Amino acid sequence: MPTFPYLKLDHIDKSFTRGTTETEVLKDITLGIEKGEYVSIIGHSGCGKSTLLNLVAGLLPVSAGCVLLENKEVNEPGPDRAVVFQNHSLLPWLTVYANVKIAVDKVFGGTKSRQERHDWIMHNLDLVQMAHAKDKRPAEISGGMKQRVGLARALAMEPKVLLLDEPFGALDALTRAHLQDSVMAIHQKLGNTVLMITHDVDEAVLLSDRIVMMTNGPAARIGEILDVPLQRPRKRLALAGDAIYLKCRQRVLEFLYERHHFVEAA
Amino acid sequence: MNMPLMKAEPATVTPATTAKVLPLPPKRPALATRTRMVLGKVAERIVPPVVVIAVALLIWELLCRRAGSTLPPPSRVLTDTWELIVDPFFDRGGLDKGLFWHMSASLQRVALGYALASIVGVLLGTLVGQSTWAMRGLDPIFQVLRTVPPLAWLPLSLAAFRNGQPSAIFVIFITAIWPVIINTAVGIRNIPQDYRNVAKVLRLNQLEFFYKIMVPAAAPYIFTGLRIGIGLSWLAIVAAEMLIGGVGIGFFIWDAWNSSHISEIILALIYVGLVGFILDRIVAAAATIVTRGTAAN
Repeated sequence: MPTFPYLKLDHIDKSFTRGTTETEVLKDITLGIEKGEYVSIIGHSGCGKSTLLNLVAGLLPVSAGCVLLENKEVNEPGPDRAVVFQNHSLLPWLTVYANVKIAVDKVFGGTKSRQERHDWIMHNLDLVQMAHAKDKRPAEISGGMKQRVGLARALAMEPKVLLLDEPFGALDALTRAHLQDSVMAIHQKLGNTVLMITHDVDEAVLLSDRIVMMTNGPAARIGEILDVPLQRPRKRLALAGDAIYLKCRQRVLEFLYERHHFVEAA
Repeated sequence: MNMPLMKAEPATVTPATTAKVLPLPPKRPALATRTRMVLGKVAERIVPPVVVIAVALLIWELLCRRAGSTLPPPSRVLTDTWELIVDPFFDRGGLDKGLFWHMSASLQRVALGYALASIVGVLLGTLVGQSTWAMRGLDPIFQVLRTVPPLAWLPLSLAAFRNGQPSAIFVIFITAIWPVIINTAVGIRNIPQDYRNVAKVLRLNQLEFFYKIMVPAAAPYIFTGLRIGIGLSWLAIVAAEMLIGGVGIGFFIWDAWNSSHISEIILALIYVGLVGFILDRIVAAAATIVTRGTAAN
């Protein structure tokens, strides 16, 4: 039996039809992600990277090609591909605890007892350091904390692949750094397979094992894939002057700003 | 700047072996001062309406006191209706009952019609908000029917039910349902795509999606509709009861007019206004409790 990657995007095309005009967004995307790997997708805004994540999540249908998870086609959303949305998407009428509970009850309602589910919710809130705020409502906590709860909700589904859609995009620089460190620590501890969308070069290099660089749309393709051969655990401060880090960063910057600079009209 | 810190130091040096630790009395203003403050706050709210009402009553009294005036002054209203005010619970059989019984009959009709309108309205609103096909089909009908004045439905419902009681309830129902349907539909349509995506990732089924996501997310809109609905119901019931007769505050007013008891009409109007106000407050209070989290995102 030939070996296959854990998550495989196989010759995916995606186009949107509006009225009679058809816009091709993604063209011939093929990508394999191994178990436990942390892969980032980077590109200018409008290149279709969020669309790509939605295709993997099953929130949008592919136009051609397929998404394979453990060599099985997935074409509808499910908790095995949990998403952390850019704007946290917590349900504002539920407490932090209840926001995680709704996921845990749905995914583990049949397999875990009430007490086990409670422990599992608390375990995941602990993991993102949010157990102290379990009875607060989303409106009462900061943006970074909301994103942590969103992460806890996704982790609590025990997904095969964790999909992060610009999870730190709406946060200030300090909060973002803090949250990136948390995500690195959790990835280190649990060994999740992660696919992250970002437009931040430093974030991509710091967190990823591989960086997938997208060309500009329409009909965006994978322009280049860069391996980031940095040892884990990675330390933000130590890496700031690290030669490999700087070289990777340089490569991504060159790709984004020299060869595929953002075209305003695109 | 460090003064408080430096001052505190000697205190920590002194041996505490002999000193007895006494809890400091909390620094609160004396009871009298606090009562005065609270009373002041209350007075700020109470004094203006009391003054305005007093002035209005005075003007009314002066205008209607003259001989030949068609309406009674407030002092006459009070003396004429004093029996009705002090004993709202009498029941001399037939339609000769205290105001409490009239009011409670009207409230029962409203409760029934309004409850039906709320349930059916939320369900229909959900359908219209969720399905484009249903919206296209039903919305034109709703838009036309909702402009029909409540009482215009009464003859038709009397023809259908051949009885005053269900007809009145139907009029309440048909009056209250439109704002509930329309606001619910708008609320459902405005549910952010994010919440729908969360539901999809979790694979919530239709029923779970309805009561875990839709209803709470649309709750502020639904309650706007419910609040408009209760106001309209109360408006419609008085008019409907004037026509159908039987026990009820609307009939009481009509009966008072027929017997030229103008003072009783005025008393009933005050009661109708107060009850309508209370009903509105009850729905508003329910809304604040239920939508505590939803409104502030």
